[in-house]
Formats: sequence, structure tokens, C-alpha cells
Amino acid sequence: MTPELGQLALILALILSALQCVLPLTGAWKNSRPLMATGRSLAAGQFVFVALAFGILAWAFWINDFSVAYVAQNSNLTLPWYYRLAAVWGAHEGSLLLWMLILNLWTVALVALGGKLPEAFFARVIGVLGFVSFGFLLYMVTTSNPFVRILPAPPNGADLNPVLQDPGLTFHPPLLYMGYVGFSVAFAFAIASLLGGELKATWVRWARPWTNVAWGFLTVGIVAGSAWAYYELGWGGWWFWDPVENASFMPWLIGAALIHAQAITDKRGGLRAWTLLLSIFGFAFSLLGTFLVRSGLLTSVHAFAFAPTRGLFILVYLGVVIGGSLLLYALRAPKVTGGQPFALASRETLMVVGNLMLTVACAMVLLGTLYPLVGEALNIGRISVGPPYFGPLFLLLMTPLVLAMPFGPLSRWGKADLKVWARALVKIVALAVAAGIIGFVVGARSFYQLLGITASVWVMAGVALFAIKRWREAPAGKRYPFEMVGMMLAHFGVGVFIAGAILTRSMSVEQDVSMRPGSSVEVGAYAFQFRGVSETKGPNWLAEQGSVSITRDGKPVVVLHPQKRTYAGGQVQTEAAIQAGIFRDLYVSLGDRIGDGAWSLRVYDKPFVRWIWAGGILMMLGSFTVVLDRRFRLKRAVEPETTHAKPEPAPPGKLADDHA
Amino acid sequence: MNPVRKRRLIVTLVIVAAVGIATAISVFALQQTMTYLYSPSEVIAGKAPADGVFRLGGIVAEGSVHKVSGTLQTDFVLTDRFENIPVKYTGILPDLFRVGQSTITTGRMQNGTFIATKVLAKHDATYMPPQVAQAIAKAKEEHRIPSGKLPPPQAGEGSTKHPAVIRP
Repeated sequence: MTPELGQLALILALILSALQCVLPLTGAWKNSRPLMATGRSLAAGQFVFVALAFGILAWAFWINDFSVAYVAQNSNLTLPWYYRLAAVWGAHEGSLLLWMLILNLWTVALVALGGKLPEAFFARVIGVLGFVSFGFLLYMVTTSNPFVRILPAPPNGADLNPVLQDPGLTFHPPLLYMGYVGFSVAFAFAIASLLGGELKATWVRWARPWTNVAWGFLTVGIVAGSAWAYYELGWGGWWFWDPVENASFMPWLIGAALIHAQAITDKRGGLRAWTLLLSIFGFAFSLLGTFLVRSGLLTSVHAFAFAPTRGLFILVYLGVVIGGSLLLYALRAPKVTGGQPFALASRETLMVVGNLMLTVACAMVLLGTLYPLVGEALNIGRISVGPPYFGPLFLLLMTPLVLAMPFGPLSRWGKADLKVWARALVKIVALAVAAGIIGFVVGARSFYQLLGITASVWVMAGVALFAIKRWREAPAGKRYPFEMVGMMLAHFGVGVFIAGAILTRSMSVEQDVSMRPGSSVEVGAYAFQFRGVSETKGPNWLAEQGSVSITRDGKPVVVLHPQKRTYAGGQVQTEAAIQAGIFRDLYVSLGDRIGDGAWSLRVYDKPFVRWIWAGGILMMLGSFTVVLDRRFRLKRAVEPETTHAKPEPAPPGKLADDHA
Repeated sequence: MNPVRKRRLIVTLVIVAAVGIATAISVFALQQTMTYLYSPSEVIAGKAPADGVFRLGGIVAEGSVHKVSGTLQTDFVLTDRFENIPVKYTGILPDLFRVGQSTITTGRMQNGTFIATKVLAKHDATYMPPQVAQAIAKAKEEHRIPSGKLPPPQAGEGSTKHPAVIRP
């Protein structure tokens, strides 16, 4: 009976979402306060029903209710309880439900914290979010119902895909979705501004923390996915330019640009139209990302079997959301310009350069990701675009950004002092060259190793110079507001990431070898000795477990136990064994039995690979830290609330410049 | 020209130039690096590059997987149920590589054998990459087989239905 209740809850949520879209928007249009006020309670009601549906699905997994087709396909009696819960979002239908739940969480948080915004504007924001939510719920109810029954119920389920049975992937989708969905707030703000024909810099300020939090989650979601691919897929790589990775990377690039554009609009009032456009694109790419992964259009590790009705719905929905937003933008954006002018040499210009590079990189990734689809549609042939395209182009596009990065924070708004740039340039070059020389002395010889060291120090030196500058120039107590600490953390994270990415690439030693028990192989400075394979058992799998002892200069380092697991459903899954370290990972994964007691093994020495993810985590911490800044708290409380005096259908074109 | 207009003009020109250059480089890089996917039938018909890298998609033919003892080399046959191409791969195969599974390999032809440098198998056992499915459908069309006679091969189907002819 309960699964039908879940279905009912979804349908009720669908009705509420339709109302949440129509009523507040009508209220804002007709200037009716009672109608505008409905948005809050409708959002809360919708959250309750979606949470109920989610809870019911989770419960069905908990009690192994295999009469629910989705549970039967993705769970199993032997699956441990934590993976049974994670299985809720392990496939298409459940992950959409998770997406909805998170969207509702964001909306409810917005309702709870948004009380100080002008009523009409806020009603439009809630209405836009209602529209987004309506689209998703309609999609679920009509094409992707997670509560479909199979009768009679099978005695046991087919099991969760073993690659998903891993802590990294348990957290990857929720974190990623927190990011995707979070961009809906900036999107709703942009659409509400365009609908109202007015954009105040303070509204952008109010949207900034939400964008930062969303981007932080997206960053750590991508990090979780990358780390998972590293140890679970058994290839030892951390980024493959796989279409689905690209799908999450595109909103990340736009989000990074949006964070900086919003800062400019907040502080200087400028670049309004650009900020609006990025807000729209940030969310558009999030939708595209969600659907590309789920549509089956792409050939990738994430692609799943696919029904054509779903694809059509997705296409129409994307068309309405993106096309409609851009049309509205074209009609209204010219009316929201304004802000203070800036010179060619200024902090704004540097940030615009960064923005440009990020968006062009996004366009480049989009081209490479969709080109195979276009090629197929035009009957050119079945094409694949891979790392040889993305890698060099991305490096090329990021070079100006990395070069400009240290100078942005050091420059003044409006007009920068060229002498300051010159002095900073000298110091940064000196530090980077010094680091390169130290690296050379320590033993770095290849071009890429030296490049990694100098580029990383280049960025970090900028952060250090900025910290010193603030220490000298700002009064005590106001030296490091959270906004700046966050920026420094995130920029430092970029430096750490660059070091990790380039050094791992240039220093890794990778070998596929065939080994008999007792034989050993040298990888870098380490000797890997294969001791043989024994059998072992887990909650829902049997495994052949290899034993590999690693020594350096005859001294034992560690014994690793890579596994080849066979799960209850018969799927085979390789579990790599990794000795993780700050400066290097030692990595062994078990291949196949190749006769005579010999096995194929994959052995890696991966220096600095952890720095890649550490850099991502620093970026996330940075973007979260910014949110704590007093700037956002104070202004929110101070925002004048005058709607009751003169409600505002502001004539389009009216412009409010009230930046600090 | 007043300074604001001049600045705007410069900024616009820079943006247009940057986007133009980026697009040109992107398209050039795309054309240099993309690889095409062919079915065994297309390869036999001579449509694939004779000595360039391409991708070969098909189903791992029943009874064709042979591991060369003591080495990392695996020989197998990829089929679209009409033509077969022997494939040689040295390295560790993905977990889902098995008979009847649809697979995409990257490599080049050498004396009638496809020397693969990469083997990709899917993580969903019931899933067939649309590209492979299409290649098979296309091969079927070209051979003018009525659709009722020979059902499109399903990934993971039984091994006895369509015994594959293995080329020497």
C-alpha cells in the first residue's frame, strides 16, 4: 500500500508546484498581496509531499519491498543497509526524486531566509522555482515513476550496480545535485529581475551566498566523482573528459565565472546584463548536465538504457526553460544596465578576462561534448571526441587566466595602478623562478615538472602578496574579512590543484604486468612483489584477493590487497588497493588470471595525485567561507522593506543604483 | 570618439577576436583529434581508414576469447552478426568485458587484425551503446535482411543462438 501513497504524494506535489508557479507570479503581476503570499506555504507543502515520497521510497529499500520495480532492480537481500539507502538515488527514477527533494530544500531555505526581500520580487522568485519544480515533477509522474509495482514480487532483487557500491559514489550524486540545484536560486533571481524589469545591486548581493554555496557543493561533488573514478574504475586516472564528466564541468565553469561577475555587480553595479546571462546559463547547463547524464544520448560509463518518450520530454522542457529565459533576456536585459565605469587596467578588466576564459572554455567543452551527437544527426558518421581535443585546448584557455589570477586581488577597482602591477610582477616572477630552481635542485628535470612547480607557485605567490598587502594596509581587525579569506583559500586551492594535476601527469609511472606468485617488478623507486591470490568474502560478494608487498631500498613499505569481487548478481568488480600519501599514492589493481598461476596486475606510482582533490576541497572551503562575510548578513537586515507603502510594479527601465 | 565608446569598442573587439580565435582553434582541434566508429561490416567493405586510428564497435563473439598464456595478450573476435574482425589487445580488460557483451575498441588495422590500444565495456550489463546498436542495424539494412528473420542481437544473450564464424 505504501508505494501507492508515495505515488499519490508525488501527484499532490505536482499540483502544488503548478500552483506555486502560477499564483505568486499572477500575484506579482496583479499586485495582489494575498496571492503573492501563497508562494511560501505552497513551497512548504510541496516540500512535505516530496520528502514523504522520498521517505517512502527509502522505506521500501529498507524493508526490501521487491514488489516495487525500482527496488527490485537496484537492491538485494544481501546488500548492506547503507548501500540500500544509497540505492535510492542509484538509478534514474530515484535520482530524479533526490533532485526534486534538494530543489525543495533550497526553496524552503530561501523562504525561511528571504523575508527581507521586496514582496513582488520574492513572489516572482518563488514562482520561477515553482515552474522548475513543476517540469521535473511532471517528468517523473509521466515517464519516470519510481513507485511502479511488479506483481508477483520477485523473491530477491537484482542488486545495486557494484560500481555504485562505494562510499565515494554514495555521496557523489547528492553533492553534485546540491550544486546543480543551487544554481536555480541565481537563475530564479535573474528571471524575477527580468520579469520585473528592474535589477538592484543589493539583490545580486543577496544571491551571492547562494551561488557560492551551490558552486562549493558542485566542486566537492566533482571531486568525489573524480576520486571515485580513480580508485573504483581501476584505471588510476582522475579525469577522462568523459561526456558525463563534462556535463558536470560545464556548470562548474559557468559557476566560477558567475561568482566573480556577481561580485562585480554587487560592489560596482556594473556587468549587470552579463551577470544575468551567466545566471541563466549556469542553471541551463545544470539542467543540461542532469538530463545529458540521464538521457542515454551519450556513450559513457554513466549511460543507461533509455526510453524515447523521456528524451522528447527532456528536449521540450530544456527548450522551454532555456529558450524562454534567453528570449526574456533579449527583451529586457538592455534595460538593466548601469554601474560605475572602469578603466582598461583595473580589477574589473582582469575579472572580465577570467570570465571570458571560463565561458569560452565552457563553450569549447560543450562543442566537444555535443559534436558527436550533431555528427550523428547530420549523418557525418559516428564520431568520438576525447582527451586529445579537450586537454590541450583547456590548457591553452586556462593559461591567460592563471597568468592574470595573482593580479586581480592586488588591483584596485575602477583603475589599477600600473606600478603596483609591475612591482607585483617582479616579486611573483622571482618567487616562481626560485621555486623552479629549487625544484630542479631537488630533482625535477622534465619540462612538465618544472611547469607544474612554477605555475603553482605563481598562483600561490599572488595569494601571499595579497595577504601581506592587507596586513600592511588595512586597519587591525578589518584585515581579513571572510569574503577575502574565502577568495584566498579558493585561489590557493587553484595553485594546489595545478601542482597536483601537472605533477601527477608528468611523474606517474604506470605498468600493466603479468606476475607469478613470488615474482616482483620495479616501479619508480619501489619494488612490488606479488605473493599470490586467496579467497575472501564480504556481505554480498566473494573475492579473489591478491597480496602485493611493496618495498623501497629493501625496506618494507606496505602490503596491499587488491580484490576482484563477484557480487550476488554475478557482476564482477575490481577493487584497487591504494597506499595513499601526501606526496604519492601506490596503486595496485588486480586484472585476470592468465594461466599457470600467473595474474595480470596494474601497478602505479602516482605522485601528488591527492593534491588534485585537496585543491578542489580548498576551493569548496573558500566558497563556503565567503558566505560568512558580514557584508551579506548586514545588508540583508538593513534592506528597507517598503512594499506596504507603495507596492512596486516599477516601470520597466527604471534603474536603481544603490551599491555601496 | 568619446572615451567610453572607445573603451567599449576595444573591449568588444577583444571579445570578438578571442571568441573567433578560440572557435577556429577548437574546430581545427576537433577535426584533428576525433575518431570515427565503424562496424565490422563497414571495415570489411573498406570504409574505415586503412592505416589510421579508428574505433571498432561490435559484440564479443561467442567462443572467440582466447588469452595467450603467461602474457597480457587477449585475442577475440568482434562481430555485428554479419562480418567478423579479429582483435588483438595487450593489457588488462575491463570488468564487464565478456562474451556477448557489446564493446568499443580503439586501435588500427594491421594485416586483417585490429590491434586495439583501448577496450571499453559498459557498466550496465543490459545496455548497448546506441552507436553499436545503430551500426548493427545499419549492417543489417545493408545486407537486406528482413527484420523478422534475424533479431537484433542483445547484449548478454545466450551463446548458442548465433554461433559466430571465426576467421583464421
